[in-house]
Amino acid sequence: MGQAIQSALNPTGIQAARISDLYWLMFWTSTVVYVAVLIALTVAIWRGRRSDAGEPSRATAAKWVTAATAISIVTLIGLLFASVATGRAMGSLSTENALGIEVVGYQWWWSVKYKNPTPSLEVTTANELHVPVGRPIAISLKAFDVIHSFWVPNLHGKVDLIPGRENLITLQVDRAGVYRGQCAEYCGLQHAHMAFNIIAEESDAFERWLTAQRTPAPPPSSPELTSGLAVVERGPCQMCHTIRGTTAGGRFGPDLTHVATRSTLASGTVPNTPDALTSWIKDPQHIKPGTKMPSTGLSEQELQALVAYLQTLK
Amino acid sequence: MKTKTLIVAAALIWMGACNRESRRYKELSPADARPETVKLSTLQPGKADPPVNKTSPYQANAYGLSEGKRLFSAYNCNGCHAMGGGGIGPALMDDKWIYGGEPDQIYSTILQGRPNGMPSFAGRVPNNQVWQLVSYVQSMSGNTPEDAAPSRDDDLAAKKPENRERPRRPKQTGHR
Repeated sequence: MGQAIQSALNPTGIQAARISDLYWLMFWTSTVVYVAVLIALTVAIWRGRRSDAGEPSRATAAKWVTAATAISIVTLIGLLFASVATGRAMGSLSTENALGIEVVGYQWWWSVKYKNPTPSLEVTTANELHVPVGRPIAISLKAFDVIHSFWVPNLHGKVDLIPGRENLITLQVDRAGVYRGQCAEYCGLQHAHMAFNIIAEESDAFERWLTAQRTPAPPPSSPELTSGLAVVERGPCQMCHTIRGTTAGGRFGPDLTHVATRSTLASGTVPNTPDALTSWIKDPQHIKPGTKMPSTGLSEQELQALVAYLQTLK
Repeated sequence: MKTKTLIVAAALIWMGACNRESRRYKELSPADARPETVKLSTLQPGKADPPVNKTSPYQANAYGLSEGKRLFSAYNCNGCHAMGGGGIGPALMDDKWIYGGEPDQIYSTILQGRPNGMPSFAGRVPNNQVWQLVSYVQSMSGNTPEDAAPSRDDDLAAKKPENRERPRRPKQTGHR
């Protein structure tokens, strides 16, 4: 989690590179205009102070104002063209052979589904996207409750997730690495704790990861793990969470089939360590006030067994 | 001067008499079983029993009620009862109750489940949270004290706040 970068000034995809180019074009244009205005102002003040300088003629003044207005119009139209051209270029990323992913925004976490024509090969995970480097990725964006916004500054601009609609964002990652994304549309109390990581890796590493995600959860191998699974299946967990390979099939919370492979808990709120997991399950409202996950009054024994079991979900 | 002191002293004494509610720091244990004499029918042989009047420990407790409100969406009661207005499940904010609207009846409905859709939450939801849910469900039809019922939503408000609900006495209808 520590190395995840989130910076629009450090583009690692062609889309973000275009946004960055446009940003620097606008930045330097504005800088030049700003400096020019300040110079004109200084000259005006300096000339006005000299007592021997007379009033400039109306014709001279009109010439300067006309020239300045013309330059402003040309500059603004130039920037408009640059902006439209960037927008067009961003929309023109080919989606041929694209990897299809569906992201659904919930208060306050992300559900991630890897689409496949064969339903049994589809994979659902949460708060973490693994993507191959150099291949276009088509992400369809939906929202479960309120409007969210999908934003990975290193890769692309923002696209909103709107309830009842399906939006599309296409992007491509050029360099392997971990990029941090963040909900960019205020969506309630824990909006700030609604982050995710995009992990870009070489395509064979990505395929290995995807194949591993397709496997169901391993059966418990010790009495403690069995009682941990019992807490999931007979206790409160399965009302909201799915663990493939067990009877837990809730769809209101994140899929936990391979929860131990993720680097964070609660959508980037805390690192995924056994200690953090224990305190998260014990009192989620303490770590993320307002989160939809309730504390469920498990006994110490149940909690220990449950955390031990969840650690095996690799 | 003397009058002022007296007024301040009187105000302090008067405020000291405020005892709206207390927080339960020791929650009910799961062993605190459900009441055994819950009746789902008003029909019974012979003369009707006098009502039991078992109330929820959170009946007049603002903290418990707001927790109940939060849990109502956390446990996805909204999925069927849609903010109390009803959808797949019956409405909870009206005065019609299929299986009874008394606290102990709501409690056993949540724990046992009911035919045609209401799941049993026994073993899933801790006892104290069930009682919090019971009180919150009662507040939806105005059957909790106005000063304890929730006054605002954390999300978009779908209906007027619970503390402004007009009290509607539960009527057992036996059907939807």
